[in-house]
Amino acid sequence: MTGFNLSQILHYQDLFLSGVLMTALLSCIVMFFGSIIGILGAVGVRWGPRPVQYALRAYVEVIRNTPGLIQLFIVFFVLPSFELRLPPFHAAAIAFSIYFGAYAIEIIRAGLDSIPRSQIEAGQCLGITRWEVFRHVICMPALRNIYPAFTSQIVLLVLGTSIASQISAEELFYMGSFVESRTYRSFEVYTFVCAIYLVMVLILKTVFAAGGRILFRWPAHD
Amino acid sequence: MRAFSGSDLIYLLYALQWTVALVVIALAMGAPLGLALALMRTSRRRLPRYIAMVFIEVVQGVPLLGLLVFFYFGVPLLAGREVAPVIAVSIAFTAYSASFLGQIWRGGIEAVKGTQWDAAACLGITKWQQFRYVIGPQAFRMSLPPTVGLLVQLIKGTSLVSIVGFVELTRAGQIISAATFQPLLVYSCVAVIYFSVCLPLTHWARALEGRLNGAA
Repeated sequence: MTGFNLSQILHYQDLFLSGVLMTALLSCIVMFFGSIIGILGAVGVRWGPRPVQYALRAYVEVIRNTPGLIQLFIVFFVLPSFELRLPPFHAAAIAFSIYFGAYAIEIIRAGLDSIPRSQIEAGQCLGITRWEVFRHVICMPALRNIYPAFTSQIVLLVLGTSIASQISAEELFYMGSFVESRTYRSFEVYTFVCAIYLVMVLILKTVFAAGGRILFRWPAHD
Repeated sequence: MRAFSGSDLIYLLYALQWTVALVVIALAMGAPLGLALALMRTSRRRLPRYIAMVFIEVVQGVPLLGLLVFFYFGVPLLAGREVAPVIAVSIAFTAYSASFLGQIWRGGIEAVKGTQWDAAACLGITKWQQFRYVIGPQAFRMSLPPTVGLLVQLIKGTSLVSIVGFVELTRAGQIISAATFQPLLVYSCVAVIYFSVCLPLTHWARALEGRLNGAA
């Protein structure tokens, strides 16, 4: 058991690969549902009736001020009491969507707030339709403002999905602990798993940077 | 099997001490390292800039969970003997908080106008004195809100230490939950404790930010 030996754990490359795919799948599902929560929530916070605003604010505060791991445990243990026995992967997807949604609300709300009223009024003066005003004057500039925060939140989400291993959802980190239990090469296994996460994050960051350059090409100040 | 009782609640609050202790260690050891990273990151020379950048990218590019187990298994290997888990865990959290502090404070230093450096240089004081008395205080004021925000992130992050068996708030919750079979009640209590610690800090960060924007 001396030295840094990767050969043994590379026998399990199929497991690691399926772990990566499950992590990617989990992240995509959460991104989709979390973004929906974020968009609807931000609209509700901005234009909804008072009670809806208060409820949404409370939701955001509760989620942002408690650890994701505890939220995951609560979702995982609450569901069975409603006679709803979901596999760990589904429970993780639900818990993380609730979590990501709260952060998405904050980010999107800030993006909407960043568009001054005068800019919307100026857009209305152009004699274009309401939809065109929404799209070109509110939506795209707001999107550009939220893009950096939103994409780094996605990176945090991908890394955060690793805690799903704690309820035995079979994503990358779980595969790591499984291989560890077979090979007893703890340090090698977790170094390898960390390296895979690092590569995934670097790829994501590169894609997001390129995407930002393509999507928001118009000049920042004219 | 027994019911959840007042003594369990006291046990949870007792375990909260370890959560707080970990955060204090992470900040006390992470702050000097974070300051060094921020200064390296804003340095004029390329090598320190790259070293700091790689450190920050790597630490923030792996899950905190991964960082924890990496040091948990790595530190004993490196030391060649058994090491108390609290030491390995402290090193992991120090690296974690230093990388974020380095990034936050770098932003603060860069937000101070370049002419401030020039003006300070005119006083004939050393580079360190320029930072210590002119740039630093202004940068600190601007970085305080996100620094408090990081504090909340650290408190929540310590919940992950439970996986290496370190008994802090979350681990204490797991132990009681296993004994009482009332996970929902127990974890709700744990969540309430985290919430009542984090919420005032979040509000403080927001108030600081508001004051800063008002002053500008």
